[in-house]
Amino acid sequence: MDTFAQQLVNGLTLGSLYALIAVGYTVVYGIVQLINFAHGEVFMIGAFGALSTYLLLFQGQTSLWILPVMIIGAVIASVATAVIMERVAYRPLRGAPRLAPLITAIGISVFLQEFVRLFYDKIPGTNFPSAKQRIPFPRIEGVTGTAFEAGGVVVQKSALFTIGCLIMCAALLWYFINRTKLGHAMQAVSQDPDTARLMGINVDRIIVVAFALGAALAAIAGVAQGLQNANINFKIGFTAGLKAFTAAVLGGIGNIQGAVVGGLVLGVVEALATQYVPGQFGGSAWKDVWAFALLIIVLVFRPQGLLGAKVVDRA
Amino acid sequence: MTQRSVVTLGTSVLVASLALSACGTRGGDSGSDSGSGSGDAKKVAKIGVIAPLSGDLSALGKGIEHSVELAVKQANESGDLNGWTLEVAAKDDEAKPDVGKNAATALAGDKDVIGVVGTLNSSVAQSVQPVLNSAKIAQVSPANTNPSLTMGADFANAPKRTYDNYFRTCTTDSVQGPFAARYLFQKAGIKKVATIHDKKTYGQGLATSFSEEFKKLGGQVVEAQTINPDDDKYDAVISKIKPKAPEAVYYGGEYPQAGPLSQQMKAAGLNVPLMGGDGIFSGEFIKLAGATSKGDLATSVGAPTEELESAKKFVTDYEAAKFPEPYEAYGAYSYDAAKAIIEAAKVSLKDATSAESAREATVKAMADVSFDGVTGKVAFDQYGDTTSKVLTVYKVEGEKWAPVNTEEFK
Repeated sequence: MDTFAQQLVNGLTLGSLYALIAVGYTVVYGIVQLINFAHGEVFMIGAFGALSTYLLLFQGQTSLWILPVMIIGAVIASVATAVIMERVAYRPLRGAPRLAPLITAIGISVFLQEFVRLFYDKIPGTNFPSAKQRIPFPRIEGVTGTAFEAGGVVVQKSALFTIGCLIMCAALLWYFINRTKLGHAMQAVSQDPDTARLMGINVDRIIVVAFALGAALAAIAGVAQGLQNANINFKIGFTAGLKAFTAAVLGGIGNIQGAVVGGLVLGVVEALATQYVPGQFGGSAWKDVWAFALLIIVLVFRPQGLLGAKVVDRA
Repeated sequence: MTQRSVVTLGTSVLVASLALSACGTRGGDSGSDSGSGSGDAKKVAKIGVIAPLSGDLSALGKGIEHSVELAVKQANESGDLNGWTLEVAAKDDEAKPDVGKNAATALAGDKDVIGVVGTLNSSVAQSVQPVLNSAKIAQVSPANTNPSLTMGADFANAPKRTYDNYFRTCTTDSVQGPFAARYLFQKAGIKKVATIHDKKTYGQGLATSFSEEFKKLGGQVVEAQTINPDDDKYDAVISKIKPKAPEAVYYGGEYPQAGPLSQQMKAAGLNVPLMGGDGIFSGEFIKLAGATSKGDLATSVGAPTEELESAKKFVTDYEAAKFPEPYEAYGAYSYDAAKAIIEAAKVSLKDATSAESAREATVKAMADVSFDGVTGKVAFDQYGDTTSKVLTVYKVEGEKWAPVNTEEFK
């Protein structure tokens, strides 16, 4: 029982991370029907943004008050990347066949990875370590260090931070989409951009907001991943992006609640598969196989995903 | 309808991108022009290096490259190369077998290459060996520890030399794993361990030979797990091991995974030492594992470089040459590996008209190489393995690896 609870905690921690990133895929998809494969890299740049903020301003310190500043640094880095990406790479392709932005997204993803890999230590005026190897992530008091233990279940402080972030972000997101003018405008654009434009909504601006929103959540996920794993590297975006995309599809792409549920389910399945699948196909080596097998099974029986995709009927 | 098709399209592009990313990038620029046929009087032979010069393991790879550079520089200055000048041709293998194979093919096509120092990874060596063997280029690895590379697939029962051009200056996992097992069981008094490996040739070989010896001694392996080298998070594996209460965890793999694994183990409350092979014996391990790595153990081949009388000159020379990266775990072995090739080349190049024609003679001369190197006596047995079987156990103390026990394995 202890083991089950422990693996559940592990799964929820991992799943919260997936969920935070998956929301970015789903929000952008809901508005422009684009699968932004570079979103994983936005997450990675968030982690590097937090690290850079730390290295520039607080090197050697560990107090908790640094964390909000690091998060702000991460959000700035991620949002700037996403907004520039939208302006430079996606906006010129609006109205182009769908394959074009998709391939562009993959191109951007490769570009951003290699950019960080090659140039992170060459940024003038800084003394950053080379991103060609894993870089240790700062340890912050209060969110890292000795874990809590209750009834045989170990809960790490960084895990609490991640789950807390997900809960807070989900609440804020819900409020933003359902209670603010901008949120209503986003809903309108996702239902019918042409009519929304006729109603006086600046569609281009809404698209930028969608990208920025996803990027902000990805940045927070980047900080959480850094705190959990104690190191980051230029490749973290690829795997995390892949898993988060899976989570978004699992929950029903375009559906924000779906992304959160999909992320959590995926994380829990991975953790439980490590523990409970017996024999040759068990253990952590096979966890991804089981996670993707689940995706296939869900898509066979529920092609719209667990919670159902937001159906957009475009003529 | 349109909605679905985008998802389908997206997924298929994703799959394609995955497949492509597996191919990886090709190993950088293919070096300067390979031809030496400009007919000038200076006779040039090259010693190739195949090692990870970028990526997670580049700390070790750069140490190999620079140590070879040092050996070649000194050989050129010594002037007893019978009129030949040596150069270094370094190729990046990104620690990937397919990239390593391309690097080997490039070096085999370079007429000036007479010998190759490399690779770091046993898995890369497997794909490099056949290429260099068909080109008859001597290969000396400073770091491959998988026994099958010299003794064939059935190394335990029917050892058979697979490639007569392959040699190494380090001892193998069939020595290193058991050495670690004996230390834990006999010296540290640990009777219950869990093992984890990364499924690469090196990691798996190490974990297997460790477990066999540990069980033979009477110890108990309570859990055997594997991880994906691409993973960053090992919570699930750690939670699976923890209830079995091992007194130590033996990890077969390298520091990019071992460092975070140690950190996450201790954070999850599994406060037992992590032990590994020479792949985790790097300063990077301690950086990644953080303060809680205190007490973690590693075995490495040979006696500690800093403590060897014979290594003092190497360390001073290396520091004097002001290379941008430290020599790391394999610097001394790479220096000896390069020196072994140079010794053989002195014999083979003497009457040779071109480096290419001297390749076969170099391989033959390797068998007779014997000199006092940085790491001790350098000579090769009938399989191409080093005759020296000295190993050392290191422990993390005060954010540094400190040697605790050096012994000859019998």
